[in-house]
Amino acid sequence: MPLLRGFWKLTWLETKIFMREPMGFVGALLVPLLVFVVLGRAFGVGKPMATPGVDIPFNVAILVAILIAISAVQSLVAIISIYREGGILKRLRSTPLSPVTIMGAQVTVKLVFTVASLALLMLAGRRLFPGVMRVNVFSFTAAVVLGTFSILSLGFVLASLVPTARFAQPISAAVLYPMLALSGLFYPLDRFPRALREFAYLFPTTHAVALLQGVWDGSGWSAHWVNVTALLVLFAAYTALSTRVFRWE
Amino acid sequence: MIPVISVSRLGKRYGRTTAVRDVSLEVFEGEIFGLIGPNGAGKTTTMECVEGNRVPDAGTISVLGLDPQRDANALRQRIGVQHQEAQLQKRIKVWEAVDLWASLYPRVVDTDALLDRLGLAAKRDSWFMTLSGGQKQRLFIALALIHEPGVVFLDELTTGLDPQARRAIWALVTGIRDRGTTVFLTTHLMEEAERLCDRVAIIEHGCIIELGTPAELVQKHCPERTAVFTSDDADVIERMQGLGAVECNGVTYTLHGTGDDFVTGVINVIAREGIRVRGFRTEIPTLEDVFLKLTGHGIRD
Repeated sequence: MPLLRGFWKLTWLETKIFMREPMGFVGALLVPLLVFVVLGRAFGVGKPMATPGVDIPFNVAILVAILIAISAVQSLVAIISIYREGGILKRLRSTPLSPVTIMGAQVTVKLVFTVASLALLMLAGRRLFPGVMRVNVFSFTAAVVLGTFSILSLGFVLASLVPTARFAQPISAAVLYPMLALSGLFYPLDRFPRALREFAYLFPTTHAVALLQGVWDGSGWSAHWVNVTALLVLFAAYTALSTRVFRWE
Repeated sequence: MIPVISVSRLGKRYGRTTAVRDVSLEVFEGEIFGLIGPNGAGKTTTMECVEGNRVPDAGTISVLGLDPQRDANALRQRIGVQHQEAQLQKRIKVWEAVDLWASLYPRVVDTDALLDRLGLAAKRDSWFMTLSGGQKQRLFIALALIHEPGVVFLDELTTGLDPQARRAIWALVTGIRDRGTTVFLTTHLMEEAERLCDRVAIIEHGCIIELGTPAELVQKHCPERTAVFTSDDADVIERMQGLGAVECNGVTYTLHGTGDDFVTGVINVIAREGIRVRGFRTEIPTLEDVFLKLTGHGIRD
């Protein structure tokens, strides 16, 4: 398979390099876990108002899952902009590595850490909040991975737009956090003004949240086929856009 | 002789700026060919078009009989490149980079021997970010040579290195040529071009303004030779007649002439007249002087 020559080697190498980053391991795995445990202890996990007297109108587990996906995207945007600025992308490109392999390896590393982080979240949830985390682990993980894929494809568009590595963090935050605010996680979408609601549907986070809430409630994937389709369509659209605007140097 | 690289009427624009106007050149097997000129002259753009990393707007290029655009994948297997001011992942280890690169080509050299030859054996387990400038460049040379390419492209290889590291790199590049690999390099250091290159092309404002061996270019454009000596003897100016005007500044005498026979002539007259000389030196123009003469400005202006 000449198209994927070097893929596994590059993926394993990038995984090791990420683990050597001072904040790589901590940021990807420990911070989300800590947020989950602290918020979960304070407000409860799962159903809103799990703790009497404290009104928290969102699901902490879904929030943390989405945060994990978003931090993966931020990390991807940062890595791509640093690699571009340092000429690393250009150097990799003048080898027999295909562009798909170079980017695919980065995406795979991010997905591996996303899944690992989710696994930790599930394990911690089962131990610390017994009886609440009854969600289907496989289905929940699959929904997060699908959502991450879709958000990552938007990340590639962002990575094409950031001028230098210094702008990677602020620009990706400026796009991703408002997306999260509009996702319907904190405030039900049906109470949004119509224009804003339709605007929110353009972002993968909105559909990812809806799907995750569905999986959590047990209504399943078939009840959310619209969101699943939207995530796939957005993934295809952002990927197509990024292949046109992506800059290697 | 069939050229390894042949470029004909190459042109490349970026928006409204013309980076390369009209470049034609040929590089032959087993030589070190240097593209020299100031920053912004079009050296890197030309080289990147030849490597297939940039799409030219005009002209034709052939490298090892391949078209860099149409046969990009086949060409990547047969050339080695080093980009200007390139980096690798900060925390990649030397052996990991070499191992990744080695896995990408069907046939590779003995990588341990290669690292040894480039003086990197002791740095195998070091992170890229901890290497010195010279070590980083030697690693890039290793990565460019790992698959025994027919041609290597070295873009501003020694920029930013201290003189000692620079000399070490020069020895390595000469070694690459001596093993039969053709080298195409760019530099804005005239001393580097003169020491390393078998032939050079001077490029300015996207055009090649002169091409030849460094000695040919000096002979053609700057044939002036100067001899300067110091003597306490009397009547030196009279005794040196027949060699042209002699400038005298205290006990220091300066003579100007042209051609390689001039210096011999000065030495012969000094010997014949028995002039006692305390010091003797010659001033022979370099590629730097050729550049200055052709362009009207120094390379660093």
